[in-house]
Amino acid sequence: MTQASPEALRDREYPLTSLPNWRTFFSFSTDHKVIGIQYIVTAFFFFVVAGIFAMIMRGELITPEPDLVDRTVYNALFTMHGTIMLFGWTFPVLAGFANYLVPLMIGARDMAFPRLNAVAFWMVPVFGILFILSFLAPGGPAQSGWWSYPPVSVQNPSGVLLNGEFLWLVAVALSGVSSIMGAVNIVTTIVRMRCEGMGWFKTPAFVWTVMAAQIIQLFGLPALTAGAVMLLFDLSFGTTFFDPSQGGSPVLYQHFFWFYSHPAVYVMILPVFGIFSEVFPVYARKPLFGYKVVVISSMIIVALSAVVWVHHMFASGTPPWMRMLFMFSTMLISVPTGIKVFAWVATIWGGKLRLDTSMLFALGGLVNFVFAGITGIMLASVPVDIHVNNTYFVVGHFHYVIYGAIVFGIYSGVYHWFPKMTGKMYYEGLGKLHFWLTMLGTTLNFLPMHPVGLMGMPRRVASYDPEFAFWNVLASIGGFILGMSTIPFLLNMIGSWINGEQAPANPWRAIGLEWLVPSPPEHENFEELPVVVAEPYGYGKSEPLTENLGG
Amino acid sequence: MKPKTVISLGIMAIALAVLSYFVGQWSYSWLPPQASAESILVDKLFSTLVAIGTFILLGVTGVITFSILFHRAGRYDTSDGPPIEGNTTVEIVWTVIPFLTVIYLAYFSYQTYQAMNIQAPGHMHGAIDPVEKMADTSATTPMTNIEVEGKQWAWTFRYPEKNVTSTELHLPVDQRAHFVLRSPDVIHGFYIPAFRVKQDIIPFEDTDFEFTPIREGKYRLRDSMFSGTYFAAMQADVVVESQEEFQDWLNNAARQTPTPAPNQAASEYARRQQKDEQFGWKTVPPAPAPMVNFHS
Ligand code: HEM
Ligand SMILES: [Cu+2]
Repeated sequence: MTQASPEALRDREYPLTSLPNWRTFFSFSTDHKVIGIQYIVTAFFFFVVAGIFAMIMRGELITPEPDLVDRTVYNALFTMHGTIMLFGWTFPVLAGFANYLVPLMIGARDMAFPRLNAVAFWMVPVFGILFILSFLAPGGPAQSGWWSYPPVSVQNPSGVLLNGEFLWLVAVALSGVSSIMGAVNIVTTIVRMRCEGMGWFKTPAFVWTVMAAQIIQLFGLPALTAGAVMLLFDLSFGTTFFDPSQGGSPVLYQHFFWFYSHPAVYVMILPVFGIFSEVFPVYARKPLFGYKVVVISSMIIVALSAVVWVHHMFASGTPPWMRMLFMFSTMLISVPTGIKVFAWVATIWGGKLRLDTSMLFALGGLVNFVFAGITGIMLASVPVDIHVNNTYFVVGHFHYVIYGAIVFGIYSGVYHWFPKMTGKMYYEGLGKLHFWLTMLGTTLNFLPMHPVGLMGMPRRVASYDPEFAFWNVLASIGGFILGMSTIPFLLNMIGSWINGEQAPANPWRAIGLEWLVPSPPEHENFEELPVVVAEPYGYGKSEPLTENLGG
Repeated sequence: MKPKTVISLGIMAIALAVLSYFVGQWSYSWLPPQASAESILVDKLFSTLVAIGTFILLGVTGVITFSILFHRAGRYDTSDGPPIEGNTTVEIVWTVIPFLTVIYLAYFSYQTYQAMNIQAPGHMHGAIDPVEKMADTSATTPMTNIEVEGKQWAWTFRYPEKNVTSTELHLPVDQRAHFVLRSPDVIHGFYIPAFRVKQDIIPFEDTDFEFTPIREGKYRLRDSMFSGTYFAAMQADVVVESQEEFQDWLNNAARQTPTPAPNQAASEYARRQQKDEQFGWKTVPPAPAPMVNFHS
């Protein structure tokens, strides 16, 4: 492709010929872009599966009685809904974005360890299928919630060794291994492979946040995995680490679990902060306000995230001094987070806004995130938390984060980079319909969970007192709307990918290395590696980003 | 900034503050009746958090909405906005203000928690309670330990001095109540929304707990920590009554011979065993119905 024959030039202009065909996506490819899309598409499959579980749950909760499904089935559903949403959807979809975008954004040809990358990805369908297959296990899938707290999680009424909880623990451990492989790869890539001229303060915010998130994986996952393995031994091989009747401590498990699983929420939200930081400047046509503060605050969040886990255990066997200490550290995290929010608002302020679908999702996500942050502070305050923890208030809070901010952010990212990834434009009309349905569904589904939680409705219940019925009906209607909202999205993505208009290299007139290469990029990304000379986000300034690639 | 901008910003901020104050007051009505001394403390804190939260939420969304309405690019306008990259003063201000707010909220929460004085696992009396004296809740001497047992899936309450057991929790109004919480199987959560109190019960560990009911009536006690199949059915009534009514009830109950109490988990389980009509999986069988002097 280096000699300038007419054929080669035509290939350059219509890079579709070098686009991997659909079979590539089922193969053991080591191209980070193929792997990235593999991750994203697989994750969306699990999103739909876990979403169907959510629909059945909301169906059950539309009336106070436990009438739609048996209580054991309900318990299995919320356990698998939560687990698959986290391990099968959120982590993989974000790993997909990191995989696809990081090498392009830092001007590299691939990840540091392409084969490791492929292995890490192929573990996702494996453990994902394992989660789903556990419905066939004797006694059914795990039923003790995604926390899997002992002693409930080690009660094994089926009496069989290969029970649902066992499969669940194996799948979670596999997911941990896959994530560690991914994290090693991504961190190494970012630290070692940034192109010439890309100093730390010339690196895009998304890359920073991905690195921050992956550092958390590296220090947190070992704790989770240790806890899971010990629990597996308790469940199946007669050890008593967590068995209180034999002197073990169930609270110890909670420490193991939350030492990872609190920081894990930052593994999910940080890359979304990165997406916001990329999207707002493009559609407001202004530089990211306070870029340096924004990236530094990510690292401060990483540090603080390691010392807040006990806020999930305020009502547990936690002594008062610990309650107070962790209340303070938790509240402190709102400072670097608030800095980011203000920076985005200042970026938007006085810009030249274009409300394309990705911008709508980013704006909606930002507003939802602010709301979730406020209820988060309430939960950090020990006296308030004592009232509302383990109620629907918490469920409302974390769905505002997880759906309102993280899923919105992911949608924003999908629309923004869709032309780059597929070489096609999506249908803006369907995108807007998708946004409005999602916004309406999210509000109607998750807002009512707050009042009903304040009234005292516990979470994880298959039935409830009639006084809670009103808000639950609203939430269920919202849930069904939310379920439907994915239909225009899927239609749009599949339809545009097959049939959409050809996308130019840079449809949004965005600044960034990934927009300097054709859509979709060729196999090795860059013919000639870029040499960066400017800070990112130079909107309104007419300086070139690189000295050799134009743009 | 021009004086005109300063004035209009000031007016907006004041309007927002007033509105936030009213939302904070409104928030009391989102909560169950205030049936314990602790609930008054918690609600005040919650209301403050709601007011501050409203201010922030409306402030941020207001600015965003304003931008969306008035800073849109025209249809054919491809120009860029002003390339403003940062402003050190602004950045310092919006770091310091949240920081101070957080310190204030943490301190307020700390004080509230101390004043509630609900006890907790590993609580050492006098260890960290400089503000305990201001606790209006510790005015009365706590009544004797009421033993609370949560098991899969029933609550029982035992009054040791009369050797009374009950599936309904009876408490005299305006008297501080002291509990010992126990569980023989899994973690349960002792939670009475109207009292704003909650405490997990770690199995095989005695957990002390205290609060003061201040309003007569009937309230709901729920298990708040997922405890297995019939978790949702694990509820009980809490009756707060006058000192005399309470004593009558206690004496009356003491005269009854214990009988098995009705239990939702047990009856659902039995029905399920019989007709196996629903799609479901094996479950831990409910513990036998508790033998109590009193049940509702
Ligand atoms: C249509 C969208 C959704 C609906 C209607 C929905 C509904 C629910 C409901 C009813 C529960 C049970 C709450 C409880 O009793 O504790 C739940 C739990 C949960 N959801 Fe969702 N959800 C949705 C989307 C999501 C997404 C996108 C995620 C994550 C990415 C997520 C993560 C979780 C988690 C982690 C739990 C906790 C599970 C547990 O308690 O073990 N949900 N959801
Ligand atoms: Cu947390």
